Amino acid sequence: MKISEIKKLLFADVLCNPQGAATEVFSACGSDMMSDVLAYVKNQAVLLTGLINPQVIRTMEMMDMKCVVFVRNKKPTEAMLRLAEEAGIVVLTTDMRLFEACGILYANGLGNTMCHE
Amino acid sequence: MNEVLQFHYDVDGEDFTSAGEASVQIKKNLRQLGFPPDTIRRVSIAMYEGEINMVIHAGGGEADVLVHEDYIEMILTDHGPGIENVNLAMQEGYSTAPDTIRTLGFGAGMGLPNMKRYSDSLHIDTAKGQGCKITMKVFV
Repeated sequence: MKISEIKKLLFADVLCNPQGAATEVFSACGSDMMSDVLAYVKNQAVLLTGLINPQVIRTMEMMDMKCVVFVRNKKPTEAMLRLAEEAGIVVLTTDMRLFEACGILYANGLGNTMCHE
Repeated sequence: MNEVLQFHYDVDGEDFTSAGEASVQIKKNLRQLGFPPDTIRRVSIAMYEGEINMVIHAGGGEADVLVHEDYIEMILTDHGPGIENVNLAMQEGYSTAPDTIRTLGFGAGMGLPNMKRYSDSLHIDTAKGQGCKITMKVFV
């Protein structure tokens, strides 16, 4: 699924790196706990979260993730957008709740390859 | 590359926002040196968790990264309260972090377990009241 399709499905706004919208992604995870993202995520390119602080972007950078979707209409700070810009991470925001947003993406074919090492 | 490259970083304990800067930097350095992506990812995640731990528990510290030809060694040193019970701290889900840290997405008791998960060797030298020195190695 292309990031542009995620934007469409979640009625999301793009806040950063719109040029990355054509990037193809194959899986996603939804979490507000970055420690869990660091522990269990493997090759998921998309993170859906309601957490707002710069460590969200740092965590994604460590995991080589490509796109973050902030749910529940949460708005990232300028500092977060700067970090995302530097890291080439596409930043989306949506009014949807985490459960709903994850469900829509899953139902539309974005796979779940959560891998416990 | 026969000589050992060494990088040193100071980890600011006052600013949770800036935690992770050293890990981002080492990631860039290892990329420039041409290490495989999986190795780079493991090093940067292990180091990132270490950095976060130093900021949460120890008021900051220092990180030294030694880049050998076939392995990368990370030495994280702090002068915080030390770890009273290392076995307990290694259990997933055990945490002494304050609730304020949990609202920031950390403090779930996954820091040390994640450092072990992503490194090939982990050694913890600590005692109550005497800080902590963690040495991790990731082989290429």
